[in-house]
Amino acid sequence: MELNSKIPDGPIAEKWTNYKFDRKLVNPANRRKYDIIVVGTGLAGGAAAATLGEQGYNVKAFTFHDSPRRAHSIAAQGGINAAKNYKGDGDSIYRLFYDTVKGGDFRAREANVYRLAEESVNIIDQATAQGVPFAREYGGLLDNRSFGGAQVSRTFYARGQTGQQLLLGVYSQLARQIGLGNVALYNRTELIDVVVVDGEAAGIVVRDLLTGEVTSHSAHAVVLATGGYSNVFFLSTNAMNCNVTAAWRAHRRGAAFANPCYTQIHPTCIPQSDEFQSKLTLMSESLRNDGRIWAPKSPDDNRPADQIPEDDRDYYLERRYPSFGNLAPRDVASRAALVEVSAGKGVGPLKNGVYLDFSDAINRLGEKVIEERYGNLFEMYERITDESPYKVPMRIYPAPHYTMGGLWVDYELMTTVPGLYATGEANFSDHGANRLGASALMQGLADGYFVLPNTISNYLAPKLGTTPIPTDHPEFQAAEAAANERFSGYLSIGGTRSPDHFHHELGQIMLTQCGMERTKEGLTQALADIPALHAEFKKDLRVTGDGESTNQTLEKAGRVDDFFELAQAMCLDALTREESCGGHFRAEHQTEEGEAQRDDEHFAHVAAWEWTGDPGKPIRNTEPLTFDNVHLAVRSYK
Amino acid sequence: MTELNLTLKVWRQAGPDAPGSFDTIEAKGINDEMSFLEMLDIVNERLINDGKEAIVFDHDCREGICGTCSLMINGQAHGPQKGTATCQLHMRKFHDGQEIVIEPWRATAFPIVKDLMVDRSAFDRIVESGGFITAETGGASDANLTPIPKPVADAAMDAAACIGCGACVAACPNSAANLFTSAKVSHLNLLPQGQAERYSRVEAMVDTMEEFFGSCTNHGECQEACPKEISIDFIALMNKDYLKSKFKNRRMLSRR
Amino acid sequence: MASTTVARGPASGGAQRAKRKAPFPVEFYRSALGKKYVMALTGIMLMGFVLLHMIGNLKMYLGPEEFNHYAEFLRELLVPILPRTVALWGMRLGLIAAFGLHIHSAYSLTRMNHAARTVKYQSPRDYAAANFASRTMRWTGIIVGLFLIWHLFDLSWTGTPGMTFVRGEAYQNVVSSLSRPVVAAFYVAANIALGIHLFHGAWSLFQSMGWNNPRFNVWRKNVAIAFAAIIVIGNVSFPLAVQFGIVHVN
Repeated sequence: MELNSKIPDGPIAEKWTNYKFDRKLVNPANRRKYDIIVVGTGLAGGAAAATLGEQGYNVKAFTFHDSPRRAHSIAAQGGINAAKNYKGDGDSIYRLFYDTVKGGDFRAREANVYRLAEESVNIIDQATAQGVPFAREYGGLLDNRSFGGAQVSRTFYARGQTGQQLLLGVYSQLARQIGLGNVALYNRTELIDVVVVDGEAAGIVVRDLLTGEVTSHSAHAVVLATGGYSNVFFLSTNAMNCNVTAAWRAHRRGAAFANPCYTQIHPTCIPQSDEFQSKLTLMSESLRNDGRIWAPKSPDDNRPADQIPEDDRDYYLERRYPSFGNLAPRDVASRAALVEVSAGKGVGPLKNGVYLDFSDAINRLGEKVIEERYGNLFEMYERITDESPYKVPMRIYPAPHYTMGGLWVDYELMTTVPGLYATGEANFSDHGANRLGASALMQGLADGYFVLPNTISNYLAPKLGTTPIPTDHPEFQAAEAAANERFSGYLSIGGTRSPDHFHHELGQIMLTQCGMERTKEGLTQALADIPALHAEFKKDLRVTGDGESTNQTLEKAGRVDDFFELAQAMCLDALTREESCGGHFRAEHQTEEGEAQRDDEHFAHVAAWEWTGDPGKPIRNTEPLTFDNVHLAVRSYK
Repeated sequence: MTELNLTLKVWRQAGPDAPGSFDTIEAKGINDEMSFLEMLDIVNERLINDGKEAIVFDHDCREGICGTCSLMINGQAHGPQKGTATCQLHMRKFHDGQEIVIEPWRATAFPIVKDLMVDRSAFDRIVESGGFITAETGGASDANLTPIPKPVADAAMDAAACIGCGACVAACPNSAANLFTSAKVSHLNLLPQGQAERYSRVEAMVDTMEEFFGSCTNHGECQEACPKEISIDFIALMNKDYLKSKFKNRRMLSRR
Repeated sequence: MASTTVARGPASGGAQRAKRKAPFPVEFYRSALGKKYVMALTGIMLMGFVLLHMIGNLKMYLGPEEFNHYAEFLRELLVPILPRTVALWGMRLGLIAAFGLHIHSAYSLTRMNHAARTVKYQSPRDYAAANFASRTMRWTGIIVGLFLIWHLFDLSWTGTPGMTFVRGEAYQNVVSSLSRPVVAAFYVAANIALGIHLFHGAWSLFQSMGWNNPRFNVWRKNVAIAFAAIIVIGNVSFPLAVQFGIVHVN
């Protein structure tokens, strides 16, 4: 497989401008002759569908939710980065670019990241114009705060609900296009397969989640904006319905899957309280602006937090990373917490957390200021744990949160299947091996509003005058038949265990062997265990109910089935990548101080996996990464 | 940690037009640290193990922000805890031996899909008719060009916090959607960016709302049920803007 | 109202509906918000009437001359600009129109609300804010309406069985009517219903009219309570005063 990243020529700061000028355009009057399918209506998909609709294309948007406003982008709390430099503290597009490449542990494509930093400023303007109520100062100008991995204040926020407000902005624009008839919205409709005809994306096969009906839709181009796959771990901060099916089905149809082992474990989540828990709740990283993280110095210290004197507390992030302190990047902070808890210094009833303490900030700023900044997060914490963070320190522990890996895309966000695009968390492109806080919203919106609507015309322009492949084409018919067979298959196994049961077991394997710390033995073990469990799944699955009405058990079965195959790719990728970088930490590759040790000589590349028909034996292709602007260096946050 | 033994009375209905009824299900050994939906997950797991069909209910983020979850719990939308969506409701709010009645949202505009799941698309129709600021991608001026006083931005944010769960409609004795609609209207009508379409927005959204929902008689039940505690003050604001839209909107705006 | 089955298929182009076309007051009244506004405005008129009616009736405590003089004053209002009783009839017509609109808007909103939930909750509701007053508006309204008709027959038109009715002798008629214990009890009950209706109505009108300001919001409920209380206390005092012999025919 050839991986042509199609990075434009020229100095890094001119590449995107040059590209936008050089690309082929579709004249406004001709745009209505094109059909485009957008799957997913979160920040990336919703923004793309709305913008393409505005531009005049015929857009069909698909979501498995009841409304586009439910997409999981909504749950992002802390904020969105932009190189506005409104604070005059030395921020610039170049600095945001630099921080992101460095934060990604030098495993991202420079040109993409620079473009992301360039577009970041437009996102804030766009969102403000749409009425996104970003936090303001008393003078009426926009407020900023800082996030992990940066030493400037560049994070825009709307209380603790930034993702919600940005998504509602996207949703409002999408709703407008739906109302105007430029976009047709299919809700509660899940992608089951991608159809490729003559090497190009021809359309998709979907299942109506209310009636079970399987239908096909064809178009000139297909955009997948279907999010990440953290739910492979069963317990994660992702919404319950997040899944990899769309991306995975595209992968099975020829789209390479890049860096599946790059997963982000978010340092500030509420620790698990019992074994039945199905979902972990994130506490925004912004809390680390004012909260101090600590664990008791002694593993035997069972005193309540307020009775542990300062001398017996270990503010380990401040100790280990004096210059970034509590704002160390996510991967670093998470692993540091793992070290504390593994050493038996965990706190809480299950000794599975560390403290995030606001008492200093409350003493310094007063409870009112803290309430204004984090009130809703504190309330949420109290609702879940029955403890007030104003009085006792929060307990936090890392949890799977975001996946940097995803469908391989070139500079134009096109996958290895021509006409098939991937945007937002579903692609792999911008965060390298670790994503900095407040960058996911930025990437989703940059892709959806500004990148894809510019690049897609380059593919569409030569197709003027062609009509999409009709959905009675044999490839569509075959894919529909396979989809029907697949779902009736789950119903007819008649085993004894539910999809959730298998998902839970798969998650256990993945968390232990492919979680925050990975070893060769563990991954090899996982690569034996996963196919075995998958085989059991195919024999012993039990799905009750029918396939002709809403059946959430059946939906889950399809999603878990795909997670099994993805899990193998993740472990294989983690096993092959013999280095530690960002969110991928191989215990064999660490410095004496326990920091991640990269191997730039052998692994400064993207691993893009090619489907062969056997989930255990994909082909590994590589795209070399060159760093012309940010020089490869050991990442230091000391 | 305490173990609760509960009796659930859950509304089961096979489809939109099928008859429905309450099913009594024993939920034993429920850990009180669990969330309400985790309790339902366990009940469902047990139902599947018994070869029965799982209870269909809408849920997704489980962080109280996506607005997918619903449920009328013991006669209260989102259950007994104020300002809390069902997914954030924890079992410690219930006591051992309690009977819990779970019903879907009921409104003509929210037809039941199956069991506890309803279709809330009517909300989307309201937003599609006017719940936006026309700001096509690429044309925006610098975000700091128009300073917005903090109290105004804060008030807009208070309204914008709506998660679109439909609890206001479910709780309203009249199935009115005025709290939802007024939150959407007020968010945009309060901001300087929203002024150009202020009156056409409120007119279109209210007219669409009235195609689906009942009318507001100021019970205030919606405000109590709202998981984001959105104030009915926004309804008054919407009423005022709607009146202005009818009497001022027409030629006067263009004449000025 | 929307259908009860779940529509499938894409959503698209919904905003391009034909707009309603009618003269703007009619169009406004067609909307539920407009009806609420009309209900609030007519409510204010009726509240004004109820208040003045009660204040006027307090003349009863000053004796028959004062009371009958007040009744005559109403008939001679604005004389000589207008002929006798014309101003009174003007006010009466205004009140009749207000009643008509108040009742019509209530009726059509109630129908709309019934259609908005054709299948009721099958388990008991546990209300957190909706109170007895707000949930019984239509019943207290009907009670007040029926009472009003009876009250007109009783004291304005014909008199009712068991009393001596002399047209124009307002004071005597009132005392004669309210001397009957059952009738007095009926007046008390109807005025309590009126008070409940006023309590919710007087607070509700602020919302419907969009009169909402953080500076006076906390007072809205107090104003409603005070208004309802004044009316009830005043009106209930008359039958009690007659029953206890405080007001009597010499």
